[in-house]
Amino acid sequence: MKAERPSGGERQMVPSGKPRSYYGLPIVKRPAWTWEVPWYLFTGGTAGGLAAVSILARWTGEAKLGRRARRLALAGAVISPVLLISDLGRPERFLNMLRVFRPTSPMSLGSWTLAGFGSSLGAAEMADIVGLPNVVVGTLEGTAGILGPILANYTAVLLGDTANPIWRGGRTILPFVFSGSSMAAAGASLCVAGPTDEGVAARRMVVLGTIIEQASFLLMEQRLGPLAEPYHDGAAGRLVKLHRASSLAGATLISTLGGRSRKAAILGGALTLAGSAALRQCVYRAGFQSAADPRYLVDSQRGAATDPGDGNGSVT
Amino acid sequence: MTAAPTARRPAVSLPMWQGGGTRMGFFTDSSICIGCKACEVACKEWNGVPDIDTGFTGNSYDNTSSVGANSWRHVAFVERQRPDTGDGVQWLMNSDVCKHCTRAACLDVCPTGAIFRSEFGTVVVQDDICNGCGYCVVACPFGVLERREAPDGRAFKCTLCYDRLQVGDEPACAKACPTQSIQFGPLEELRERAEKRLEEVKQEPRYAGARLYGDSKDDGVGGFGAFFLLLDDPEVYGLPPKPVYRRTDLALLWGAASVAASVLTLGVLGSLSWRRR
Ligand code: SF4
Repeated sequence: MKAERPSGGERQMVPSGKPRSYYGLPIVKRPAWTWEVPWYLFTGGTAGGLAAVSILARWTGEAKLGRRARRLALAGAVISPVLLISDLGRPERFLNMLRVFRPTSPMSLGSWTLAGFGSSLGAAEMADIVGLPNVVVGTLEGTAGILGPILANYTAVLLGDTANPIWRGGRTILPFVFSGSSMAAAGASLCVAGPTDEGVAARRMVVLGTIIEQASFLLMEQRLGPLAEPYHDGAAGRLVKLHRASSLAGATLISTLGGRSRKAAILGGALTLAGSAALRQCVYRAGFQSAADPRYLVDSQRGAATDPGDGNGSVT
Repeated sequence: MTAAPTARRPAVSLPMWQGGGTRMGFFTDSSICIGCKACEVACKEWNGVPDIDTGFTGNSYDNTSSVGANSWRHVAFVERQRPDTGDGVQWLMNSDVCKHCTRAACLDVCPTGAIFRSEFGTVVVQDDICNGCGYCVVACPFGVLERREAPDGRAFKCTLCYDRLQVGDEPACAKACPTQSIQFGPLEELRERAEKRLEEVKQEPRYAGARLYGDSKDDGVGGFGAFFLLLDDPEVYGLPPKPVYRRTDLALLWGAASVAASVLTLGVLGSLSWRRR
């Protein structure tokens, strides 16, 4: 973009060529959310996976594992709205979310999912404690078991239905990344909480979940092409590395020594959980980096026709 | 409707305003913007938009930087070489504003219904209903919406002076604009006027890059209620070149999410039931 400069000894005060952005300023706004949000993505996702374990274990006859999964899921279902309330600033604001039902808003659907999920899990726990018949407990657990996997990846729809280039660009694959990660984290929390000899299924979930999570993340990066840059740079880039190292180490440890050593199962589970949390953090952070540089947005809409070296039309 | 007596109304009032049905909007003609920022000031005054300490950016005469919660109009300034002759300065100035999209992402994603479509076809946030969730902020393809941190993080943007429209007056910015760079009126009429204006502007060689932005119903957001005549690519003014929002995309997204949810359930089931024995 070297336009011919006007002759003469004066310093050129006006930039030549065609500026491709407005002083490099962002076009879309960066997310206005606070630190609680990526943690919520993690707690909600893990609880969602655990709720599926709870009902399916009942069905396959592993009652003890099922009950443990339900209690862990309930913990997640209690922490999640607390995080959301903290982000929103006031408790009644969470209730305001439930005053209307708006199918065009993934956040509205998600709030209803979370509310239904939490209440059915809580009710199942209560019904079990007071000794109501198995059908009642099972039905409530089943409701949570259906809502759980939705809870685990509606957040990917929520992020995908925005103007943020990196979230939008990866939006059909992100649900698979979140699902895999939730499966791994659910398994990992059972590895940490339960005895080793009961944890075959939990260990399988860690391994299978990690494979799905890692493979779909790679696919998402490949699909994003140059838009994936924030996943390699800065804070988000560091979190991706942390996520990969931690998740892979956790799954390896669990699959090799997890069945024999309780310590290995706990350490592997902790690493997997850390990896799953780091995944949500890196996806969240990447959204900030993607919004900050207008080049990503312009490239995504112009088909990468812009020259990255010419991104600033500022005046001397 | 058209036969209704209009004599008592102010001259600017059009018969169909009250009943709804006529979509009102802005046509911002950047070719005659002189960068006076009267629109920014009038908007702040009328709408009680808080003062912000912008500091000194060094970006030409622009210290406002962008449309946001506390700047509902924003005049962009670009100083550069004249593209046709290669010497001398060309000024690009444009007063940016909420586009009042035909398919408004902000309105669709709002979980409380705080954002609504008015009888004038404009997009308005009801600030007493807004829950401060921040979803519209990331959803808007133009980066218009923003949370106002103090006192409680609710989102604010241009209302196209809903209160003034209701009493038959025109928006404050359009009224204050001394060159009629900001024109307010029925959208259909503005579109026709803009076509003609574009023909005129393009006669000048230095304005060869002139184009209308957001005037077409076939664009990614179904056309803007507030559209522009620009002298260069939208990104030069800090605007997205091809903004997109489609509600129908949700089917694709929820489809992917449903498959992913099934993968999760089946994975758990497989892990539980697969026996080595
Ligand atoms: S420009 Fe943004 S804030 Fe304005 S109507 Fe469109 S989506 Fe909503």
